[in-house]
Parts: sequence; C-alpha cells; structure tokens
Amino acid sequence: MNIATLVQISIGAILINNFVLTRFLGLCPFFGVSKKLSSALGMGMAVIFVMSVASMFSWIIYNYVLIPYNVTYLYTIIFILVIASLVQLVEMTLQKFSPNLYDALGIYLPLITTNCAILGVAVLNTVTEDYNFLESIVNGISSGIGFTLALVLMAGIRGKLELANIPKTLAGLPIAFIAAGLMAIAFLGFSGLNFFQSIGG
Amino acid sequence: MLKEELKRGIITENPILILALGLCPALAVSTSLKNGFGMGVAATFVLTCSNLIISIIKKLIPDRVRIPCFIIVIATFVTITQLVMKAYFPDLDKQLGIFVPLIVVNCIILGRAEAFASKNNIIHSLVDGIVMGLGFTVSLCILSTIREILGSNKLLGLTFLPGFKPMTLFILAPGGFFTIAFVMGIVNAVRQKNKVENA
Repeated sequence: MNIATLVQISIGAILINNFVLTRFLGLCPFFGVSKKLSSALGMGMAVIFVMSVASMFSWIIYNYVLIPYNVTYLYTIIFILVIASLVQLVEMTLQKFSPNLYDALGIYLPLITTNCAILGVAVLNTVTEDYNFLESIVNGISSGIGFTLALVLMAGIRGKLELANIPKTLAGLPIAFIAAGLMAIAFLGFSGLNFFQSIGG
Repeated sequence: MLKEELKRGIITENPILILALGLCPALAVSTSLKNGFGMGVAATFVLTCSNLIISIIKKLIPDRVRIPCFIIVIATFVTITQLVMKAYFPDLDKQLGIFVPLIVVNCIILGRAEAFASKNNIIHSLVDGIVMGLGFTVSLCILSTIREILGSNKLLGLTFLPGFKPMTLFILAPGGFFTIAFVMGIVNAVRQKNKVENA
C-alpha cells in the first residue's frame, strides 16, 4: 500500500482518463442535465456519493462472493442489482435522516441507476484493473469528481451557448457535442501527466 | 407494414441520431467499422430478445417493480452475449472491453422495454426490437466508417486512400464528439429542408 499509487489513481481518474471526456461513460446525464449549473452540481454530488458506495460494495461482493463460488461470469447481473438496490437504499436513508440533502439530490438519484459510469466504475475496479479495496474506493471517489468536473464545466459553457448566435442546424445537441469535443482536446493534454510512471509503471 | 417499421427505426426515430439515446457505446466503440458493427449486432440481439421476453411476461410483472425486472431480463441476455463473444470472437471482445457489460445500461434497450414492449403484443415487440436495433447498427456503422477513414485512413483494416495522411484525432475521444455533432447537424439540415418542402 503506498500513497503514491493512490495519488496516481486519483489524478488518473479525474484528469487523464476523465470518465466523460476520455472514456465516454455517463454521456446521457452529461448532455441531459448540463443545461443549468445548479442541477449539474446536484447530479455531480449524487454521482460521487453513489459511485464511492457502489465501488465499495461491488468490490466486496466480487472478491468475497463471486470469486470463492467461481461464478464471476455473473458479474454483470449482480453488479446492476447491487447498484439498483443501493440507489434505492440511499434514497430511503436520505429521505429519513437528511431531508435537506434528499430535497437537493432527490430527483437525480433514480436516474443514476442507468448511468453507465456507475456500472463502469464497478467493472473497472474489479474485472478490468483488479484494484485492492482501498484503491477501488479512491478510484470510485475520484471518478465521481472527474465526472462532476466535466459536468460543471459543460454547464458553464452551455449557459453561454444559450446566448450565442448558432447556425440553426447545429443548435441544441450538435453544438453541445462540438463544445464537448473541444473540451476533450483540452483534456488530451493531461495525458502527458505521467510523473508517477517510475513508481506505478 | 414492414417497410414503414423499417423507415421508423432507421430514419424517423433513429435511436442515436434523432432520439440521442445510447450515446456512450455509440461514441466509444465507433473507432473502426468492425467494432461499430459488432457492437450494433450485440445490442440488436439483446434488444430483440429482451423485447420478446418482456412482452411475454408483461402481465406477470407488478407495476411497481417493473424497472428492476426489465433490468434483470436485459442483464441475462447481456451475459449470454458476453459469454458467446468471449468464446467465438475473443478479439472483438477485447476491443469492445468494458462496453459489452455496459449494454445493460444502454438507454435504448431499457427505453424500448418501458415504452414499447411492456405495452404491445409479442409480434409487434419483436419487430420493434429488430428495427430499433437496425437503426442503432446503421448509425454506428455511419459514425465508425467516417471515423475509421479520417482517423486511420483505413476501412475494415484495408488502406483507403494511399498517400492520405490520417488525422489521428478522429479515433481519439474528441473526434467522436465532432463526428456525431456534424452527422447530427446534417440530419437536422435534411429534416428542416423536408419540413419546408412539405409545408
């Protein structure tokens, strides 16, 4: 266990392999709720929260249930069930114990079940990358932060686009795609950030 | 009837280019025609089978838990697809990577289950699954052909134009966004022109 690996994972997840702009995960909410800054922030917070809890539970289930019983091929079904029930559980807990937070995040929570970024982070942690428990949680949280960063930036840009004079055929979604493409070019620049390479490989 | 259904799936209600559903796989795997086509076929299979099963069992599913039930049916077919792909097309499986399990959360499939298969009879749901899947596959093929030609100067692995210097940007993430933006723009332009002519 070393701190440098964790820092490397989190910088990797936030900037270098940003979930939305590099890995193409979670595009539906990215274009769906990026029209207003406040809703973008709410969605982002909900995603960070569910992502970290989901990476925790999916890691435990994968390593302590699926591997010992040799049924790893069932991971897709199990993970989506875990995520769907977690979202439900989080929703009920928030409603009971923190009504304020529930009011703020409430409408975004049901949408999260079908956000491919959540299932994506669960699969990446266990099947693809084989992280340990702590690394999975760090990856979950930082992927959520990366998602929020992209979403909030996009909301800011779309706010300006509302006022801009755009050709009629490109108005709406196409121009948002172009803006996202330009952001993705900027994020490509981060791929040079491999200052931990000597440690992490 | 079949012709109208086909027109609906591929042109008027094209899932990617008109309804903007299922964007993640559409952008992520459209780096080459082979990947795009493979993804399209896999998603079509899952969509058709889940539409069929859901329309058969729609009366048994209680209304309140219908979404989890749909997701389990879909996840089952995705797992079947994953296993078949691993066994017979290991290269494609490696290329598509994480996006094969992610077919589960493809909004097109859940969307069709909720909006169509849970309300219509078996034959109609089956046809709807096939035409919507075809629409998805066709748009993936369009996107991936453009990206493969511009980004690596190849088509299906063969050199397209000798001497043309490929723009690597188009097989990277930004190229995906630009390609879909301009294809959608062209679709919009054609639709607006048709509207003016019909009016």
